[in-house]
Parts: sequence; C-alpha cells; structure tokens
Amino acid sequence: MLGQLIVSSLVVGSIYALLALAMSITYKASEVPNFSQGEMAMISTYMTFVMLSSFGLPFYSAMLITIAFAFLLGLLLEFLFLRRAKMPTPLNLIVITIGFQLMLYGLAGWKWGSEQRQINLPFSESKVIYQNDFFALTELNLATLAIAIVVLIVIYLLIQRTKLGLAMKACQQNINASKMNGISANRIMAITFGISSVVGAIAGVLVAPILTLDPSMMWDPLLKGFAAAVLGGMKSLHGVVIGGLLLGIVENLFGFYISIEFKSVVAFAIIVLVLYFKPSGLFDKHYLRKV
Amino acid sequence: MRNLKTDYFEDLQLFKDGLQLFWSVVFLLLLFVLPFFVKTYYLTIINLMAVNVIVALGLNLLVGNTGQISLGHAGFVAIGAYTTVLLLKAGVPFIFALMASGAVTALFGILLGIPSLKLEGPYLAIATLAFGLAVTTVIGRMDFLGGRMGMNVPKIGLGWTGLKYDQSLYYLIVIITVLCIIATRNLLKSRIGRAFQAIRDSDIAASAIGIHLTKYKLYSFGISALFAGIAGSLWALYLGFINPTLFNFILSINFLVIIVLGGLGSITGSVMGAIVLTYLNLQLEDVVDIPVLGDLLLRFSETFMTTTGVSNVSWFLTGFILILIVLFEPLGLYGLWLRTKIYWKRWPF
Repeated sequence: MLGQLIVSSLVVGSIYALLALAMSITYKASEVPNFSQGEMAMISTYMTFVMLSSFGLPFYSAMLITIAFAFLLGLLLEFLFLRRAKMPTPLNLIVITIGFQLMLYGLAGWKWGSEQRQINLPFSESKVIYQNDFFALTELNLATLAIAIVVLIVIYLLIQRTKLGLAMKACQQNINASKMNGISANRIMAITFGISSVVGAIAGVLVAPILTLDPSMMWDPLLKGFAAAVLGGMKSLHGVVIGGLLLGIVENLFGFYISIEFKSVVAFAIIVLVLYFKPSGLFDKHYLRKV
Repeated sequence: MRNLKTDYFEDLQLFKDGLQLFWSVVFLLLLFVLPFFVKTYYLTIINLMAVNVIVALGLNLLVGNTGQISLGHAGFVAIGAYTTVLLLKAGVPFIFALMASGAVTALFGILLGIPSLKLEGPYLAIATLAFGLAVTTVIGRMDFLGGRMGMNVPKIGLGWTGLKYDQSLYYLIVIITVLCIIATRNLLKSRIGRAFQAIRDSDIAASAIGIHLTKYKLYSFGISALFAGIAGSLWALYLGFINPTLFNFILSINFLVIIVLGGLGSITGSVMGAIVLTYLNLQLEDVVDIPVLGDLLLRFSETFMTTTGVSNVSWFLTGFILILIVLFEPLGLYGLWLRTKIYWKRWPF
C-alpha cells in the first residue's frame, strides 16, 4: 500500500513541480508571483479540449497547437500588460496578474460555461502497464511522470546550455548590466513569460484527466504549486522541483493515514513551519539585505 | 491656500480648515438623514460598502503603510464573525460581543505575525494564505460552529431606537465605520503610524534609528486583524447567516484588490476603493439588464460565446478595469482624485 501511495504522490507531485517551475521561472525574472499562471494553463487546456473533440485532431498535433497557444498567451500578458505598468512595484504587478486571471476566468466561463467536461487523452486511467508486489503503474501515471521528466530536462537544457538561457540568467541577475551588453531585456522577459506559460499549460493538460475540466479547475493545483515553489525556495530551479515532489508526498501520506479533510491545511502548516526556520525556502540561499 | 505646516499640532488636526470641516459635517448629515429617504435595498448596499471600508482600512495599514502583504484577511473576518455569533448566542450584549471579537481577532493577528516576522514577498504571501485556508477548514470541521452548513445569526435588540431593524442596523454600521476611519487617521499621525511608515520605506534604517521592528510589525498585524474582526462581526449581523465558504480565498483577494484600486497607504483610498468595487461587483452581476449594451452583449454571446455563461462577463470586466487602473493610475482612485484636485487648483497653468 505504501508503495502505491508513493507512486500516486510522485504523480501528483510532478504536476506540482511543473507548476512550481512555471512560477519560479517568471519569479526569478520579474520578482512577481504570477497568479494568472493557473488560468493561463486552464485556457490552454480548453484549447487542447477543443482541438481534440471539436476538430478531431490527433493528440500530438493538438498538443503542439496548445503549446504554441500557451506561448503566445504568455507573450501577450507580458507585452500588453506587465510591460506597460507605469509604476512596476511588485504589488502593482501582482494585481495586474490577478486582473489577468479574472479576465481569463471570465472568458472561459463565458465561452464554455461552468459545466464539467471530460478530456480524452490517449492514455487510459485503468490500463495497468507494470505491476509488482508493491505498486501498480497505470498508463496515465506513467505518461504523467514521463512527460514531467521530459519537460524538466528540456527546461534544464534550455537554461543551462543555450544562448537564450544565458540571456535569461543574465537578465535575472542584473537587468541594467545585461542591457548594456546588448541583450534586449524586454524581449527576453516576454520569452520568459511565454516559456513559463508553456510549462504551466503542460501541467494543466496533465491535471485535466485527474480532476475534470472546468474554469476553476486550476485554483487548487496552482496554490499547491505556488506553495511548493516557496517550500523549495522560489529562486532555485532544482529546489522548486524537489519542493513539488515533497509536497505531493507529504500531502498524500497525511491524507491517507490521518485525515483527508485536513491534508491541504497540514501541507501549508508544514510549509509555514519550514519557512520559520528557513525564511527563503529549503534550497535557496537566504540573503540579508543591507542598507 | 497654505500647504505648509508650521507646528506639530497643525499636523494632528482632524480638519485642515473650516471648508473641510463644513463639507465633512454636510456629508455626515447626509449619511444621517439617508435612511428616511431611500429604499431598504440601498441601505443594505451601503452597509456592505461600510463593512468593506473597515476591512480595507485595516488591510491598508498592513499593506500600504507597513509594507507587509496578506492573502489571508478573509480568515480574520471569519474569526470575528464566528466569535460574535457564538457570544450573541450565549446572550452577551452586542457591544461586548463586538469588542470581544476585535480582541480575539487581534490576538490571532499577533499569532500569525510571529512566524511572519522574518518573511517577505511571496514567502509572507504563502504564510498568510495558509492561515486563511486553515481557518475556514478548521471551522468547517467544528460541529459547535455549525460545520459546513453554517449557522444563523441571532437578531440583536435594537428595538429601543424606535426604528425599523434595517434602519437601526444601518446607523450602527455607519457609526462604527466613521469611528474606525477617525481612529485610523489618528493612529497614522501618532508615533506608531510613523513607525509603520518607516518600516515600509526601509526596515533596516528604521531599526537603526531605534524602532523596535518585532514590536511594531506585530502591532501592525494585530491592529489590521482587529479591524477585520470588527468588520466580520458587523458582516455577520448584516448577512444574518454565515458559513465557512463565505470566507474563501477569493474574498481575501477581493480585499487586496480594494486597497490597490483605492490607493495604497491612504485612508481616502481605502474608502473610495471599497465603495467603488462593492458597487461595481453588484452592478456587473446583472450586466445583461443594461439597456442597449445588454442586448448587444447577448447577441454577441449567441454568435461567438454561450448565452448560459454570459454572467461571467462580470469577471472579465472586473479584471479588465483592475488592470487599466494599475496601468494608468498606479496610485489608485486616490491618485486620480489628487490629480484632478491639483489640476483645477492650478488652472489655467
């Protein structure tokens, strides 16, 4: 039983990890926790849904279109709203993302209503692929884990091995110095939001078969993803991934052995406790500001 | 008009000059005679606005003046509301129940403040969010608090005023709101208020000139929670029925939106933000009923969207207005008001 529990925790945890990664990428670049991340993922998931059921496209081309759409959505948020802010203090930018979130939520409710829909991915929830004495792995579980791992590796390679990643890191460290070295900081920022939106959208598509597809489906996963990012340390990329997996495990074990109703609360309580001892999360260095 | 202040007591004065005093008195008189001229429905709207004003005042002290952030204020409102209802059921007079809810909530505010002292930015946001979530979950689990089903709020004895219940409730809420506004204003002019602002501008510099950071941050959390508790107490009376899902995360976000919309760190801003956003939320709920636009909207929905989901337009518009305000007037409605005033004062220059 414990083995099965850990497998399902890792599946949920890997989704949290993707959302946490998405939040972390934009937080590092702009110091803004993007509250519209969840709704952006939700709209992108509806895009997959429309492509699959209305247009009858095969899954992989639907996924490609979704990724392109999510990228554009991220660019749009940065280009239309965040860049235009007159006084870009963190709180003002947070409120812009909340506004964008409300807009997307309203739009989705307007277009698709609040009824719950089923999204048909080509991975079945009941077909068991691998089984031993300790756990069974269904097709959906395996696909979720595999996709999450692939996305994590791609993002890692993108940031560590490409010119774009180098420019992103430069902008995160010192935006003025990178401008002086000929990096177009605005463009890099927009691309950063685009990439983060794509990561979020993939998480959204993976969440949809576990929950059901409706405009408020990302509320809970997003809060968990945000909390996971904070647990690992918002600015450390490997930290947020470990934070996501940890959160999934803690939450599921507590939910199974003690109380299912309090599982979210306890997850958050543990995070607050961790923050009390390590104010910048588990894996991030805590810098003391000087005058 | 003089803008310079020559001594300290001038800064403490509630009214800058006779003109301001005159308009304030006129406004208060207007509020006083209002119940005899308008329908009960409008009184309930004003009550809701007033309750939001109180929460906004408290939250603005914390966010706008001290520079901390809170995503869990709905939790404080919930604690205030439930304390009041419990005490009212036990037969305690309302005025004591109100004070007790304020005190209990302030205590919870200080408790939340302790782990939050070291945190800032998103870390503080998550800690406060966790608090808000925990409060509603725990309340939903307690049977003597009505659990998920919620409970009815007993009507309080306001018969001695000789007015209808709605009218006397209106007077109660409005009087407490005005008192809260004056209290906040005086607090900000005191040593404590100036310490808050020093912490917001630079906490390290503030501690270097002898401001006890721990003490004043806890004060800020406590006082902010106190206001939320009072508001929760009044909100329970106004609604007549409470359950845990009323105090969800969206409510906390709504409070944050109110103060950013109104203007951070300004009392006028809190008041304007609460009034405008409450009105907007109520109006946008039946956006289809607007004469010409409503028809156009329906036709548009039929062609491109769905007619069943047309009420969701209100979310879209609220978000859009919010973004526009932050983009074009970062100081909120208060900034807009200030700019208009300065423009006319200097006209034609």
